[in-house]
Amino acid sequence: MSEPSAESPPKSAAKAFADGLRSAFGSVFFYVLLGNYLGIGALAHEFNFSVLWMVLSTILIWAAPAQLILISTLGTSTLIEVAIAVTLSSVRFLPMVAGLLPTLRAEGTRQRDLVLPMHFTAISVWVEGLRLAGLLPRAERVAFYNGLGTGLMFSAAVASAGGYYLAATLPPLLAAALLFFTPMAVLMVSARNSRTLLDGLSFGLGLVVWPAVAAMKLGLELMWTGLIAGTIAYVVHRVREGVR
Amino acid sequence: MSATMAEIGPYLALILVGFLPNEVWRVLGLVLVRGLDERSQFIVWVRAVATAMLAGVLAQLILASSGALAAVPLWVRIGAAAVGLLAFFAARRSVFAGVAAGVGAFVLGAYLMGY
Repeated sequence: MSEPSAESPPKSAAKAFADGLRSAFGSVFFYVLLGNYLGIGALAHEFNFSVLWMVLSTILIWAAPAQLILISTLGTSTLIEVAIAVTLSSVRFLPMVAGLLPTLRAEGTRQRDLVLPMHFTAISVWVEGLRLAGLLPRAERVAFYNGLGTGLMFSAAVASAGGYYLAATLPPLLAAALLFFTPMAVLMVSARNSRTLLDGLSFGLGLVVWPAVAAMKLGLELMWTGLIAGTIAYVVHRVREGVR
Repeated sequence: MSATMAEIGPYLALILVGFLPNEVWRVLGLVLVRGLDERSQFIVWVRAVATAMLAGVLAQLILASSGALAAVPLWVRIGAAAVGLLAFFAARRSVFAGVAAGVGAFVLGAYLMGY
């Protein structure tokens, strides 16, 4: 039995999950992931992995850059080298998950209820989910986010297998075009979501700081980009808040 | 230290050097914010860092491409992104229009360069 709420009557978890699924099918990322993972599936075929391995890597890793590293280096590098490269490529998930979960949490949400949203967090689900879930009553957010994640991961998993079987027939130009969908979607969705000074400044500075950090060849470019650009944007945001 | 995939098989390798080193960051994020409120200044800062890292990923994908993308000249990749962004604003911030124009410009540019 659920407690009667002072707000609008709460939807069931199943209803919120279905809403999340529907949002996934309506998201530009559903189609972008299709394109991108067709490309990655084709690459897995080129490197002689099995189709089951490819689909499992999408479900378990759920991070295109890490999967590209794994597929292209496993055959030739030592396991330690591959593990280090994958670790370095995925640092972004720490601030993404940390920034998201307090928004999903409602009263009575247990830590284990957040494990699935944690795993679903990837660029696509994070940028769509953070925006959309924040508009919902708290009690519905976890189920909604899980629905969104399921829908988007489904798209990627199907495309992983599809690309694997299409590999031999993909002309190089099309293979390149498929991989270009992801940067374009990240650019447009970020431009759309940059409503506040803090968001816009963090993103804009990140674009400028990454090439500078990369040129210095310090390693850990993404981590430095995040810390430097994110902190500058945060400080500017705090100063402006203080002035007002 | 010099073990390779040939010794442990592709599935164990997927778990040990693919899934685990990737998932550790998500788990750290989960553990780190136990009990923190979304209005806390720490979370506001962490989100700014995540957004900046996302921009870094975008810069990396376009400027330092790998795989089939790397074969297409840098100026085609940058020019296509600019065309996409222009279309996005011209079509009243339509994500679909921006992505379609960006990928379209990329294909055209790459084709004209002989790919």
